Amino acid sequence: MAKKGRAVLTGKHFMQGDIACAEGAIAAGCRFFAGYPITPATEIAERMAQRLPEVGGVYIQMEDELASMAAVIGASYSGVKSMTATSGPGFSLMVENIGLAFMTEAPCVIVNAMRGGPSTGQPTKSGQQDVMQAKWGSHGDYEIIALAPSSVQEIFDLTIEAFNLSETYRTPVVVLADEIVGHMWEPVTIPDADEIRVVNRKKPQVPPGEYAPFKPDEDLVPPMACFGEGYRFYATGLTHNESGLPRTDSAEAQQKLVQRLCDKIRKNADRIVKTEGTMLEDAEVAVVAYGITSRSALSAVRKAREAGIKAGLLRLVTLWPFPAQQVSQVAKKVDAILVLEMNYGQIVREVERVAKETPVIFLPKLGEEPHKPAEVLQAIRRTRS
Amino acid sequence: MSDDLHPFETFLRREMMPHIWCEGCGNGIILNCYVRALKDLGIDLNKVVTVAGIGCIGRISGYTNTDSYHTTHGRAVAFATGVKLANPELKVVVISGDGDLFAIGGNHFIHAARRNVDIQVICANNFNYGMTGGQYGPTTPLNAWTTTTPYGNIEHPFNLVHLAAASGAVYVARWTTLHIRMLTGSIKKALQKEGFSFIEVISPCPEIYGRYNKMRTGIDMMNWFRKASEIRHQSDPAKAEITPERIIIGEFVDIEKPSFGRLLREMTAKVQEKMVEGK
Repeated sequence: MAKKGRAVLTGKHFMQGDIACAEGAIAAGCRFFAGYPITPATEIAERMAQRLPEVGGVYIQMEDELASMAAVIGASYSGVKSMTATSGPGFSLMVENIGLAFMTEAPCVIVNAMRGGPSTGQPTKSGQQDVMQAKWGSHGDYEIIALAPSSVQEIFDLTIEAFNLSETYRTPVVVLADEIVGHMWEPVTIPDADEIRVVNRKKPQVPPGEYAPFKPDEDLVPPMACFGEGYRFYATGLTHNESGLPRTDSAEAQQKLVQRLCDKIRKNADRIVKTEGTMLEDAEVAVVAYGITSRSALSAVRKAREAGIKAGLLRLVTLWPFPAQQVSQVAKKVDAILVLEMNYGQIVREVERVAKETPVIFLPKLGEEPHKPAEVLQAIRRTRS
Repeated sequence: MSDDLHPFETFLRREMMPHIWCEGCGNGIILNCYVRALKDLGIDLNKVVTVAGIGCIGRISGYTNTDSYHTTHGRAVAFATGVKLANPELKVVVISGDGDLFAIGGNHFIHAARRNVDIQVICANNFNYGMTGGQYGPTTPLNAWTTTTPYGNIEHPFNLVHLAAASGAVYVARWTTLHIRMLTGSIKKALQKEGFSFIEVISPCPEIYGRYNKMRTGIDMMNWFRKASEIRHQSDPAKAEITPERIIIGEFVDIEKPSFGRLLREMTAKVQEKMVEGK
């Protein structure tokens, strides 16, 4: 047997965000990548094309993003951890089969290195304009898990976390990165392989004759048999019962299935959601930001503190499910919330929804660069006057 | 007791019956030929994956007692590509309709054939979108009447065997649902072949397409197939356009070419060898 290449590149590196993303995926056990070239996510595909054969995995460049997402689900059902990477225009095509992945509970990871939209927009410039699309892009009621990395180290860590969440909940997970995080170079520390927590999907504990592919355990997640394991099950994008059989005329089946699929995420939100608070204990004004904009926010908050303003930062690591509880707690303690986004108003709607009486000020940014710390500081100052 | 069982009992998913197909529909014949081919070859059913897209024949994945998956419209071939590459031990068969495979899924079909992905594709060509009530599709004959060509079809249809051959399929055949022995033989051959194989099955849709085009029953449509069919093995697929007078059937392509999976495994082995040597 040929010795396989190293899956985990333990050590200190100077890496590009897209490359760190690919390395995180491989460290998490990803062995199948199907994608289509698109700026600014192409480097993820290029790294996977180079690295997957080294570790015995499969890279395939599909004819488009519709096919990429379909192939990822197929590989996942064959029992292999699978992913794709794209940007806004490609993500628009993938949402079709993200719905299928949700409906048939196929664990998989989709990286969206966001760029400026709508349409072809600004391919080489950053944006955070796909936040709502990640949540609502596919038709029908569904829930998505979406994580927003703000550094090269974090895109490595969160790609691993994305795989772990997808395997835990049998659901598609989106890494909502952006052009800047994807393209910038920073130091990354990759731990020893045995220090990396890797989760694998639950397998059935019953013989094939007794297996119902969509019968959940108490955590609402069904154990997953894969093709070729002798269970001979059927999965369909149609509304189905616990045995996987279509139930297209039953209101009860529709309610039971859609409710469970959504509740699987909603009721486990406490376990899924991550946020990071900085200087919030005594804060009078809180900045809420995520991804690349959170770095400008942090710098501005520090400058505000130096100027004697009691400012703090709530960084959303998880965007979906929305960290409602965490934002609500902050809202109760401060007298103003400032939301930064590189779009024309997306997550701010969620913040407004949970902030209740606390005033929410929105600082949008369209174009290549995130907010400058100085302009954020100015906005913080305005909340004090 | 066992005398009461259908000979294909173990090949079909009993809890999915009764099926949804109309009287006179050819889909049951295709299902029959498919499971007969699996039975004749003695293939381990635990290693077969039946994939279908959307449309009347899309339900075939549910009726077949193998691992099976019913994808979104048009994406069966792309899904099957992922299944096969992730687990090369599996026999992956796509069975879908002309609209699913060649309109919304046309791009996936030609690229899977070009790559020579090791999957078998069987297309039930019934000349229209039956499930949605009979609209015209990529194989509807010129001048045919459908609900969306109320003045007759003015689009030229695809010649599917020519398209498959030109795209790179290593095995291409066309039969009608009248030719069950030949069809079963072709499915068996395709299942044993390395690479992308394609079988077009001309299939009656008397309830919808036939009703609108002066062939009201399955028998009427089968009579058309009987009168028009002409077996011509190894003939030029470019000249096999279907007309009301003539349906050329037979094996058009049967060649050898390394599959994508084989080339991938060879490349991977080389990469790993180099790593051992420390190059």
